[in-house]
Amino acid sequence: MSVVFKNRLVRWIDHRMPIFSSLHHEMYEYPVPRNLNYLWNFGFLAGLMLIIMIVTGIVLAMHYTPNTTMAFESVERIMRDVNYGWIIRYIHMNGASMFFILVYIHIFRGMYYGSYKAPREILWMLGVVIFFLMIVTAFIGYVLPWGQMSYWGATVITNLFSAIPWVGEDIVTWLWGGFSVDNPTLNRFFALHYLLPFVILGVVFLHVIALHRFGSNNPLGIDMKRPQDSISFHPYYTIKDAFTIGLFLIFFCYFIFFNPNYLGHPDNYIPADPLVTPAHIVPEWYFLPFYAILRAIPSKLGGVLLMGGAIAILFVLPWLDRSPVRSGRFRPMFKWFFALFVINCFVLGYCGANPPEGHFILISRIATAYYFAYFIVILPLLSVLEKPKPLPASISESIYQPKNHLE
Amino acid sequence: MKLPSFLLKLAIVSALSLTTSATSVFGETTEIKIPQQEWGFTSLFGTFDRAAQQRGFQVFREVCSACHSISKLSYRNLTEIGFSTEQVKSIAAQDQVVDGPNDEGEMFERAALPSDRFKRPFANEQAARANNNGAYPPDLSLITKARPDGINYLYALLIGYQNPPSDIVVPDGRYYNHYFPGHQISMPSPLPSAGLVSYADGTEATIEQMAKDVTTFLAWAAEPEMEYRKKLGVQVIFFLTVLTILLYLAKRRIWARLK
Amino acid sequence: MADKKPGKTEDNPEASRRDFLVLASGATAAVGIAAFAWPLIQQMNPASDVLALSSIEIDLSKIAVGQSITVKWRGKPVFIRHRTAEEINAAANVNLAELPDPQNDKERAKKPEWLVVVGICTHLGCVPSGQKVGENRGEHGGWYCPCHGSQYDTSGRIRKGPAPTNLPVPSYEFIKDNIIRIG
Repeated sequence: MSVVFKNRLVRWIDHRMPIFSSLHHEMYEYPVPRNLNYLWNFGFLAGLMLIIMIVTGIVLAMHYTPNTTMAFESVERIMRDVNYGWIIRYIHMNGASMFFILVYIHIFRGMYYGSYKAPREILWMLGVVIFFLMIVTAFIGYVLPWGQMSYWGATVITNLFSAIPWVGEDIVTWLWGGFSVDNPTLNRFFALHYLLPFVILGVVFLHVIALHRFGSNNPLGIDMKRPQDSISFHPYYTIKDAFTIGLFLIFFCYFIFFNPNYLGHPDNYIPADPLVTPAHIVPEWYFLPFYAILRAIPSKLGGVLLMGGAIAILFVLPWLDRSPVRSGRFRPMFKWFFALFVINCFVLGYCGANPPEGHFILISRIATAYYFAYFIVILPLLSVLEKPKPLPASISESIYQPKNHLE
Repeated sequence: MKLPSFLLKLAIVSALSLTTSATSVFGETTEIKIPQQEWGFTSLFGTFDRAAQQRGFQVFREVCSACHSISKLSYRNLTEIGFSTEQVKSIAAQDQVVDGPNDEGEMFERAALPSDRFKRPFANEQAARANNNGAYPPDLSLITKARPDGINYLYALLIGYQNPPSDIVVPDGRYYNHYFPGHQISMPSPLPSAGLVSYADGTEATIEQMAKDVTTFLAWAAEPEMEYRKKLGVQVIFFLTVLTILLYLAKRRIWARLK
Repeated sequence: MADKKPGKTEDNPEASRRDFLVLASGATAAVGIAAFAWPLIQQMNPASDVLALSSIEIDLSKIAVGQSITVKWRGKPVFIRHRTAEEINAAANVNLAELPDPQNDKERAKKPEWLVVVGICTHLGCVPSGQKVGENRGEHGGWYCPCHGSQYDTSGRIRKGPAPTNLPVPSYEFIKDNIIRIG
């Protein structure tokens, strides 16, 4: 069971502080299902992205000035004068988008394969916490360059809190530290933007601890039963993750080097002007579905509650979907409702990118209705109505059945 | 297995469709179609034409800089578009910038140095508005990045002055420009006639030529790192491709042990 | 349990080729990480706007004989002293063999009446006193460092105390009779 290290220094340290044994345990003894597909690589990639964001962010903080008169200027100084400043900023700027792409795929994967179901509810909920913290961090980070979109995004989003009855206005004033978004707001946003990624890192640790309690779910959604069902993390999944890191970095570098402002908005290269709102303000693409939900509701408070609810409902997903079968592969009806849910998220995003006029209002209301119906109506009903396909007896059997030779 | 890959494809297709309709998604509701020009430098490996940049700088200096600043740039940056250090020094020395306070506590004027930021035509926004019928000529350091499809937009705007259609009345101090959102712009045509500047290299200074040159100059001003960025990008992506292929082979080799 | 895992077989005939591939990709990845680290390190070096500001011009005409001024150059104090005849003599008439860091006054002052030195003690970076009238100038009439008692003479040379070398003379030139450019 316990491993004996050849190197004496390693042995000496490990006896006093068993980091090498626990590393060895997680790498070699921790069983990982052997049938994971490439969708299981996105969690690891998201973790890597978090590290890239923290590293580039610390570097940017060395040059950035959180003051309304100098913030825009200091960002331009990073772009023009600081050695390699432009590459570091473009990594950080596009990295936020990449992080959300990875995490959205990670979340959809969890939803399709039922990774949130018992006994992984806490694992899932910690993931939702990470997602929520990412949203907050990304939003306040977008304020820091102090362009027009920064300023007006900050104004609009902080004003959401004014919808709260009685204390709303007081909360907004408290958030701003003044009577509009201004220097105190920028200062505290900078402080929080530096802090929150480390909070995320802490929650990621808990996420991994919870993951390693029962191990990864897998495309079949059945538990590992026999030794043949699992393989060690190292070298099999380390090399598989490394390969996808390469693929991902190529994708990422295309944006950094050849289209760095594609995912951003031109108005954010205009310095913030508290007296002029841009003609058409939109949040970053990764908030668009939630933005569409916000605008779909004609009531201010209603819109805010629904937008918050769209994230909050993810917390209780494990208790809304009561089907005993995890993987969507064996759920003939769920499959199609899930596909529609994903398409629906794109539709919401498309509505969020367009002004709330004409048919966009109707489409975004229908899409909002489906978003919530999926959780509150469809999943609970499917748990009762759907007849799942028969599950394979074990992971290894499903792999070797076609050729019918177990090793 | 099938459904996830279907959804991934869907995501890719919708991302691509966003690419092609980017302006329609993020642009104005009343849309003005910006004609697309051929720019050598916008392609994947494209670089700026040094001569066009320098001509564009001349247009900027003799025409635009009467009202517009490029406050994020310093005179020293001009070495990047092919001016020598000596040329930059003499270009800078033509401008008087405010420095100080001196030992008597007074601000004073002196000839600009290469390390100075470009002189602004007006001391502040209020002064700029007071001299321009209440309109504020925006800083041009980032203009091609700060407008949707900025490079083509800028060019279109510069040549887009026309007589207004008969049903539109343009008030005093406003000018009809086909490509300006709302069509009524406070800036009079900056390039009203050919030959406004005389190019040292003998290029004929047509309106289109001047517009093209100054757009090239301002595109560089907004993204001075562009040439190096693309060059480095080619190297980085080539390296990553090699690395990814190696990792893929290593992955296959290691996983082959399981079969 | 671990030893039962597939893939743990010891005698793999393709081991050598596998090892080569793994080694090659590992080495390539290491090169990539090092390349990524380079911009992260370089960004802490002086930026181009900082480098561009590395020279200043000073008008000396208002400095009276015997007076010193301090100007800021590259974020550091530069001492400019309009030396009196006695100070010039004191600096010139020194037995170089006695000096911890022997240097002729002629090498240090382009014009004898003007001494230009970086005002940072070569011991541990404090700013020596002696610029203003009445401040402690040490035994040799130059500067005295309050931190650890280093004493400099009227040529800015170290005479006593822990500092190892003379106050450095920045590169400067007279662009006119009474205007110098430092840097």
